Amino acid sequence: MAIFSVYVVNKAGGLIYQYDNYVPRAEAEKTFSFPLDLVLKIHDEKAVVSFGQRDGIRVGHAVLSINGVDVNGKYTAEGKEIIEYLKDATNYPVSIRFGRARLTSNEKLMLASMFHSLFAIGSQLSPEVGSSGIEMLETDTFKLHCFQTLTGIKFIVLADPRQAGIDALLRKIYEIYSDFALKNPFYSLEMPIRCELFDQNLKSSLEIAEKAGTFGPGS
Amino acid sequence: MSRQSNRTTESKKMNSELFTLTYGALVTQLCKDYENDEEVNKQLDKMGYNIGVRLIEDFLARSSVGRCHDFRETADVIAKVAFKMYLGITPSVTNWSPAGDEFSLILESNPLVDFVELPDNHSTLVYSNLLCGVLRGALEMVQMAVDIRFAQDTLRGDNVTEIRMKFIKRIEENLPAGDE
Repeated sequence: MAIFSVYVVNKAGGLIYQYDNYVPRAEAEKTFSFPLDLVLKIHDEKAVVSFGQRDGIRVGHAVLSINGVDVNGKYTAEGKEIIEYLKDATNYPVSIRFGRARLTSNEKLMLASMFHSLFAIGSQLSPEVGSSGIEMLETDTFKLHCFQTLTGIKFIVLADPRQAGIDALLRKIYEIYSDFALKNPFYSLEMPIRCELFDQNLKSSLEIAEKAGTFGPGS
Repeated sequence: MSRQSNRTTESKKMNSELFTLTYGALVTQLCKDYENDEEVNKQLDKMGYNIGVRLIEDFLARSSVGRCHDFRETADVIAKVAFKMYLGITPSVTNWSPAGDEFSLILESNPLVDFVELPDNHSTLVYSNLLCGVLRGALEMVQMAVDIRFAQDTLRGDNVTEIRMKFIKRIEENLPAGDE
């Protein structure tokens, strides 16, 4: 899976569509006995490993489920604080699943708005007049590509750094948006996109992009 | 008419007569509902506006034209690319005002009015007013405020159909970043 996610941001900076194409890999479930040799701390409303990395459980991984039941932020499903729960020897042996925490939809909304602002700053920082906003953001694990239409809508794709053909993919997503979102009379502009056909066509174009790497004329 | 697209998904051909009939049914129903030509003109303009704000994205996605930097470029793109793409006709651009902010599109043929005759009791009806709305909506989405009206109409006895477009101003609120 070389294309990780797609975001569509409207003119005002609000996220109107988001799709995750990847499966979080590193997840580890282990059974522990008292005392727990991992050090946990609360970070961003989640219980996160801060020290004691071992066996596939890395620093930064969050507690995803306890005894098979998904946790709710920093509380167990029953509402007890995880850290308190794990300090109590009577609750052991316990099976905990750790993994990289997924972004919640609120977090994604905030990140999209932040990116919208950074995009504008990008064009203002430029020493040249009339520069575009941020087109690509590169890190060692992914590249973020952004395409802004003349009408102010931004299409953002996060992909593997080696993935080619993302520009063509962005144009293709623009076409799919203009077809299945805009031509649906029941879809209101600037609102979240909830169109089945848009989802389906987007997924298939992501598959095509991953395999072929290019679209070419007529695909 | 066929859908101009750079996709090999079946290029859909639709009978242009069905299009004319559909538009005609729309206008006559509006006339029955509102019974007042001015009101019908307004409704057609509103409907055209809603089409225009959506059509512009389709146009930009398919035609890869960049941003137009003056009104003359805009006029050329509208006449040579947009009208050709959607209605299959190429109007001519004439009658520029001295300040370069107003021009006319002369249409020799108008697919919306094939086979149509306006009766006497609808003399103030602007039958193709949808087109005005479409152009207005589309240009508003690329930050241009324009005033569009029909100066001549073959349905009302003129020789050609003339659409007069006047540039009002650039819409500065909510400019996409990087576009000043």
